[in-house]
Amino acid sequence: MDFDELYQEIILDHSKRPRNSGVLPPPATRGSGYNPACGDEVTVFVLKSAEGKIETISFQAQACAICTASTSLMTLQVKGTTQEQALEIQRHFIDFLTKDGSSEGLGHLRALAGVKKFPQRLKCATLGWHALEAALKGDAG
Amino acid sequence: MTVPSLAERFRADFPILDQTVNGHPLVYLDNAASTQRPTSVINELSRYYRHDHANVHRGLHALSTRATALYENARQRVATFLNAEDPESIVFTRGTTESINLVASSWAGNELKPGDGILLTQMEHHANLIPWQIVARRVGARLYFLTVTGDEGEIDWSQLDTIFTDNPIRIVALTHISNSLGRINPVAEVCRTAHKHGAVTLIDAAQSAGHMPLDVRAIDCDFLAFSGHKCCGPTGIGILYGRKSLLEKMEPYQTGGEMIVSVTFEGAEWKPPPHRFEAGTPHIAGAIGLATALDYLDQVGRNSIQENDHHFGNIAATRLREIPDLRVFGPLDERAGIVSFQLGKIHAHDLVAFADQHGVALRGGHHCNQPLVRKLGLHATARASFYLYNTESELDRLVAVLHSAAKYFG
Ligand SMILES: Cc1ncc(COP(=O)(O)O)c(C=O)c1O
Repeated sequence: MDFDELYQEIILDHSKRPRNSGVLPPPATRGSGYNPACGDEVTVFVLKSAEGKIETISFQAQACAICTASTSLMTLQVKGTTQEQALEIQRHFIDFLTKDGSSEGLGHLRALAGVKKFPQRLKCATLGWHALEAALKGDAG
Repeated sequence: MTVPSLAERFRADFPILDQTVNGHPLVYLDNAASTQRPTSVINELSRYYRHDHANVHRGLHALSTRATALYENARQRVATFLNAEDPESIVFTRGTTESINLVASSWAGNELKPGDGILLTQMEHHANLIPWQIVARRVGARLYFLTVTGDEGEIDWSQLDTIFTDNPIRIVALTHISNSLGRINPVAEVCRTAHKHGAVTLIDAAQSAGHMPLDVRAIDCDFLAFSGHKCCGPTGIGILYGRKSLLEKMEPYQTGGEMIVSVTFEGAEWKPPPHRFEAGTPHIAGAIGLATALDYLDQVGRNSIQENDHHFGNIAATRLREIPDLRVFGPLDERAGIVSFQLGKIHAHDLVAFADQHGVALRGGHHCNQPLVRKLGLHATARASFYLYNTESELDRLVAVLHSAAKYFG
């Protein structure tokens, strides 16, 4: 059934128990994503190591299950990567959802494949990823 | 229950309701966003385009004469529907949003001086908030708000007189029925108080026009706005009622064809209302379809629709409150057929998607009431809104789907 494909067990799990949930104080940088259509809001916090890798990442969301789970899974996926690598994963993931791109190397993020059949939820699945980009390029605070 | 079911008699008039969605019979509970259309309206649109269409007010040929007569008869029909004195106080617009923008721009934009006050409530739809923010910024006026408190969304009306005494309020604009709380505001009393203090009044009747008798003379408002698509009529057509003495003093909103008496290369002289405010070719079919919709509403009986709304609003609120962990917003009784709620920690989007999977159409989001929803400490709510064709077994389906959702996401 399409619906259970959208709300897979792992999505429900991550939405109820989001990983890396919380706030990081400066010098961590932060970035927010906002969906004006529904009022959903995600803020991502990133702390980079001296070598430029994402050492710590967290997020806070006022959002639906799809958005919360996608962001939670994202934090697991990009932790330990460099900014370039993280943005590459972001492009890869968005291509996977929007252009039927390959799911290779996306790990648990594949669980979001159901979104392809619910295009109205695409924004939900990508909101946290836009917040990540803003956090990577953003200011401390 | 003493209330006879309107659905028994009228549901069959709405062909769209007879379909399955995701394998389940459709339960359409998004009527506050837009109602459905009866066969008579669908047929009239088709009949008009097949037989009578031409542009209005320009041609001298038979079709144009017919189209013009139908269009102007529709205006008369709306005037009768609102018990307005005169069809010239009825302006056709695109909808409530455009009607309010017209008043904000053409009345407030010219009449308000720096420091003048615009009074709104905290439960206004964005359509009755943002136009006032813009005009206030433009002319240096100030916005005042009647506070909405608690989950019931109460407004303390006893403070109204003092607000007018203490502040230079020139216009009050408020919704008749809140599209998120289902609360019905005492608009006639507000107009009486406002007029005592020399202020002008605008009623946003988007949620009331198709749901209860409306009488602009009894309410004694200066302006009233509503949308065709929320009362069985076509999309893209709406109404601005304006007191004639005010409309006559107002500048045009848009300019172009249809709205001038004479034009030279240097200037133009405006037609009197309502045509002054109807630049360009109007939504002729929309106006005609709206008139048919109003006939339909009167055939069903607006008093009956109102009773039916109260009945469904009250029993829906009561039954939803019985669901564990479900928070209902809006008044405890005497509510319109609109019920917003929050179920446990389930986000409204997830809930609406789940309900849709079971054939139940709900709305989820901030319902264009973002500041109010924020005030409730939320980002979004789910909303069920009933209309004359909904049945009690559809309410049962809603309740069942909410129980299942609580299990699924819980
Ligand atoms: C109370 C209220 N005012 C205004 C509007 C705007 O109506 P429209 O979009 O038809 O212009 C709505 C529609 O949702 C409404 O519920």
